[in-house]
Amino acid sequence: MNRFLPDVLIHTTEMMKNKHVAVIGGGIAGMEAASVLARQGLKVTLVEKQKATGGKLNDWHHLFPDFSSPGVVVENLDKKTVRAGVNVVCHTEISHIERNNGRFELSDQRDVKIFADAVIVASGFHVFDATLKEEYGYGLFSNVITSVDFERRMKKHGKLLTLQGTEPRRVAIIHCVGSRDAKVGNIYCSKVCCITGIKQAIEINKMLPECEVFCFYMDLRLYGSKFDSLYLEAQKRHKIQFIRGRLSEAAERPDKSLQLKAEDTLQGRPLRMNVDLVILLVGMEPALSNSSLMRNNQMKPDENGFFRSVNMHEARNVGTQEGIFMAGTAICPMAVNETLENARSAALEVMNFLRTDKNHGGF
Amino acid sequence: MEDFSFLNPGSRQIDFDNFDDRLLLYVLEYEPSFVTCISCGGCTATCSAGNLTNFNVRKIGLWLRRGETEKLSQEIEKCMFCGKCTLVCPRDINIRNVILLIKKRISELKTENQPV
Ligand SMILES: Cc1cc2nc3c(=O)[nH]c(=O)nc-3n(C[C@H](O)[C@H](O)[C@H](O)COP(=O)(O)OP(=O)(O)OC[C@H]3O[C@@H](n4cnc5c(N)ncnc54)[C@H](O)[C@@H]3O)c2cc1C
Ligand code: SF4
Ligand code: SF4
Ligand code: SF4
Repeated sequence: MNRFLPDVLIHTTEMMKNKHVAVIGGGIAGMEAASVLARQGLKVTLVEKQKATGGKLNDWHHLFPDFSSPGVVVENLDKKTVRAGVNVVCHTEISHIERNNGRFELSDQRDVKIFADAVIVASGFHVFDATLKEEYGYGLFSNVITSVDFERRMKKHGKLLTLQGTEPRRVAIIHCVGSRDAKVGNIYCSKVCCITGIKQAIEINKMLPECEVFCFYMDLRLYGSKFDSLYLEAQKRHKIQFIRGRLSEAAERPDKSLQLKAEDTLQGRPLRMNVDLVILLVGMEPALSNSSLMRNNQMKPDENGFFRSVNMHEARNVGTQEGIFMAGTAICPMAVNETLENARSAALEVMNFLRTDKNHGGF
Repeated sequence: MEDFSFLNPGSRQIDFDNFDDRLLLYVLEYEPSFVTCISCGGCTATCSAGNLTNFNVRKIGLWLRRGETEKLSQEIEKCMFCGKCTLVCPRDINIRNVILLIKKRISELKTENQPV
């Protein structure tokens, strides 16, 4: 039974108890929003396409800026959703949201149908496909990997080796891959990759103190609380070197190392560098299912393809279709703490909507 | 006499108050994309001419934006108009066209016998 329920029942009207909210996407945003709503006494179904909840955090090794465990975050959220009584449905990918007589009908490609009074879309983000930046050689040169590969490798093997099985002596981390790039159609900044790069650079230095690490950046965007202090730490304690210049191309050499071409813009001269491993800091794109989730309702994409809010300041979680809300990186790139805060605010918006929904007995 | 020219800031500082923007405005009129340059250096890194000489196409743009036009006419002669710079630009700027426009305007101004 729901242990939270008795406390809050006093505040929750009978009307609210019969409301059903469907949350699409069981990443951290969906889990947080669903558990907050269920603790308020609402019926909540959380739908996840993968076999388990947790989203991208299931792949990450350590979290910036404090090197904490993503596994613990997911575990805690799992406990919260279970305790709050959220109905979790995995292996189900929602592809349609339709509004019928003021209620929503969610369906997948098979025969699953879910009916709800309000919907939260928490479908997260899609990682940029680095093969699209051909000049960087991802998929062609085996020692070019992405920041996502780095996390997965660290999680699985706990170490970083070149394809030849040697310890890299020099690594280049490339910022803004698939972000801030008109050539791939993404002009926005993915926000979290600069700090991800610095975190990964520090991890490499801790593992392989002899290995030189260079970050190639256009601008360093360390917007978050504690992000800049990690940058300082990277310089002071970990000898990470920062080069202001965009990588123009990478070429593989016979020994499988890579030759990089960039401009050292502070020197004002072209630069060449051979490295054993390249890490591409891939950006965050709108989730793949977004366009189909927008098809049968009034939801709209913003200029970058994420879900459009009715007002980016005052109603960030409120979608352009009445009754559909968004949480987390379905709105725009965010770090974990922002995603969780954003998800809680989405839950509050849903509560307010259902309470004041006059068509359904609200006041 | 000793050389005290370092005391004269005019010789070292970028003078934004006496900004010669004639070339810049001309380039922006015909290649408005140029306004979005973020000085990332992608163009310079890939530039055919820049790999053979000390030509720096990013700096050409910077000089243009700072009104330092005296240096330009000689420098742009080094460009081979191969267009590689345009291929890598994250802002999708037609840089080759920027160089062409500078060249065109300078020769126009020369024939009009006006110092740039
Ligand atoms: C390389 C990298 C490293 C990062 N490292 C950090 C870090 O160290 N610290 C930090 O604070 N942040 C980090 N982030 C950001 C962090 O990953 C995000 O903040 C977080 O994943 C956002 O959670 P979310 O729930 O919004 O989205 P997601 O994690 O993308 O979850 C979305 C979920 O929805 C599911 N889904 C999508 N569509 C459907 C559908 N139609 N039907 C059913 N289910 C669906 C997906 O399967 C997924 O489980 C990193 C990001 C990247 C790219
Ligand atoms: S966070 Fe940094 S690496 Fe990522 S897109 Fe923005 S500037 Fe580029
Ligand atoms: S590649 Fe484009 S944005 Fe970068 S310096 Fe050259 S012109 Fe500017
Ligand atoms: S067009 Fe000129 S500036 Fe551009 S890459 Fe070729 S030589 Fe360099």
